[in-house]
Amino acid sequence: MVKVAVVQFPGSNCDLDALEILQKTVKVPTDLVWHKDLKEDQYDAYVLPGGFSYGDYLRAGAIAATSPSLETIREATVAGKPVLGICNGFQILVEAGILLGAVLRNAGLRFVCKWTRLRVESTRTPFTNLAKKGQTLRIPIAHNEGRYYLDNDQLAELERNKQIVLRYVNETNIPTKDSNPNGSLDNIAGICNKEGNVMGLMPHPERASLPILSLNNQPDGRLIFDSMIRSFENTVEGENR
Amino acid sequence: MSPASFTVEVVVENKSLARDPEGETIHHNLILKGGYSQVTNVRAGKLLRMNVEASSPGEAEQLVRKLCDDLRIYNPAAHVCQVRVVS
Repeated sequence: MVKVAVVQFPGSNCDLDALEILQKTVKVPTDLVWHKDLKEDQYDAYVLPGGFSYGDYLRAGAIAATSPSLETIREATVAGKPVLGICNGFQILVEAGILLGAVLRNAGLRFVCKWTRLRVESTRTPFTNLAKKGQTLRIPIAHNEGRYYLDNDQLAELERNKQIVLRYVNETNIPTKDSNPNGSLDNIAGICNKEGNVMGLMPHPERASLPILSLNNQPDGRLIFDSMIRSFENTVEGENR
Repeated sequence: MSPASFTVEVVVENKSLARDPEGETIHHNLILKGGYSQVTNVRAGKLLRMNVEASSPGEAEQLVRKLCDDLRIYNPAAHVCQVRVVS
């Protein structure tokens, strides 16, 4: 039976939200694992939740990125397991060098908490395989450091390898300056690694996974978690073939 | 030579191509508004001041440079990092 780990760091504060959605809504066996206790790669997938690990000191995610648990997660990424970094989890994956780039302070110098429109740019990840390319998802953001940045040559590499997964867009599904809440390069909201099994995103899908918490009762965030379940089914099918 | 204590400063700031909205805001909304038009640019960054035991200023600088790289005190994707021995 598959089992997912939500990895908890000192200062994580969206860990229980992710755990609740995975256990009770998506109904996948999930453990909340303190980062120091994650010594072996014994789970089928990992979720790094949002929050303010280590108080965001030095840089958001920079200190958590040096936790030995990240070595375990690095092993899991090499083994091709799904790894999802949400908000601070995305910052940690970037600071650990598992994902490319940097996540800098919002261009507007303010904490931004709002609903965003996200266009799915790639369906090849285990977190977007149930989406249609170009589909719009309504998922909220809540962050002070969400401005994705990397050099132009690295951006070209990201494009070439189809690593851009989500972009902030407007009502007509176009990435514009006005629809970019934090000044992210190229309106990037989420990316994956070259292989596609690791995804980081600033928006919080766990906050849009129950109808009562979602815009127009549409729990678009569930697609991210349901896709992960689908990827497990594909793996099992593949192994049985 | 017996070890001595050196003060080493590390300055981390965004690369020139990565916008620095904090520096821009300080420049436009404080310095230029305050009448200091001779100031043409401001970059905000982070300063870490460390006391380091080493046998020479060069060794202290080298050690701090190494730790900045090893421990990712800066993110090379977005930042530049200067190390200087100040005393």
